[in-house]
Amino acid sequence: MNKATLQSLLEARGKRLAVAVVTELATGRQRLVKAANGQGDQLADILEQGFRLDRSGVHQTPEGEMFVAIQNPALQLIIIGAVHIAQSLVPIAAAAGYAVTVIDPRGAFATEQRFPNIDVRPDWPDEVLPEIQLDQRTAFVALTHDPKIDDPALTAALSSDCFYIGALGSKRTQGSRIERLSAAGISQENLKRIHGPIGLDIGARGAPEIAIAIMAEITAALRHDRSRT
Amino acid sequence: MSDVLQQASGWLDEGRNVALATVIETWGSAPQPVGSQLAIDGEGNFIGSVSGGCVEGAVVTEALDIMVSGQPKVLAFGVADETAWEVGLACGGKIRIYVEMLG
Repeated sequence: MNKATLQSLLEARGKRLAVAVVTELATGRQRLVKAANGQGDQLADILEQGFRLDRSGVHQTPEGEMFVAIQNPALQLIIIGAVHIAQSLVPIAAAAGYAVTVIDPRGAFATEQRFPNIDVRPDWPDEVLPEIQLDQRTAFVALTHDPKIDDPALTAALSSDCFYIGALGSKRTQGSRIERLSAAGISQENLKRIHGPIGLDIGARGAPEIAIAIMAEITAALRHDRSRT
Repeated sequence: MSDVLQQASGWLDEGRNVALATVIETWGSAPQPVGSQLAIDGEGNFIGSVSGGCVEGAVVTEALDIMVSGQPKVLAFGVADETAWEVGLACGGKIRIYVEMLG
């Protein structure tokens, strides 16, 4: 791989752009394809599927054996609520490869001391979220229980392509949340995207186990066929 | 593709020779998925992983050869081979790895 291709790859990652490197295995000839330009490419179908399934692989083509290396944007997790469960969720998500941002307007919660080495924002979600690219590689969880904080955040998430949206709270809390958001004009179809009560049902007890249940549900949403989740 | 490329880019900036190994195909229980990468410098230092430790040694040796020849190469490892235990895919999988010069 030449230096120009390497630089383009690293730049694309910084800008959260999906790109692929196509390598002709017999000769080592390489080219970089942006997902945005994939449609006109001679390998358009292979590229489209690769980006969608986040899957790199070798393909037989009339030009010979090609390795298509997919580089989708890094996974990111946005957590609303610098609460106890968030403290358990952050290291699990980081280990699974997610860049984590924690947002909570309550300054006493959103401290670097409670959340070392990650992006902590002591601000209102609706002020911070416009600066963050919520896309198909983003998971979003609302953990405060407080409608003043969670509702505007969920509204922003629902207007984005986040692959996972979850909200903490009992079935009753979830029910009243859906009523409020529905009254605010969000469609039933869109509201179905919210996983609530949050997390796979593994009988979790306490913050660390709830965090595992949440991370498991996020992983299922990411890796299973999207139609199954 | 992960921080391996970032690190490899840093090595290039320091003027080191660098080769890049990428898992391009796997069959059976291979420990590292397609796309996993290992960067190797001219002194045999390496970061990243292509197999969870089983074949890294052999890949590093090939990478050092490629830094001399400049020619990329596809390597294959698997249990079908009698010597597989020595190359070391004890997990029972098969993998193909593409090794190329960087820079």
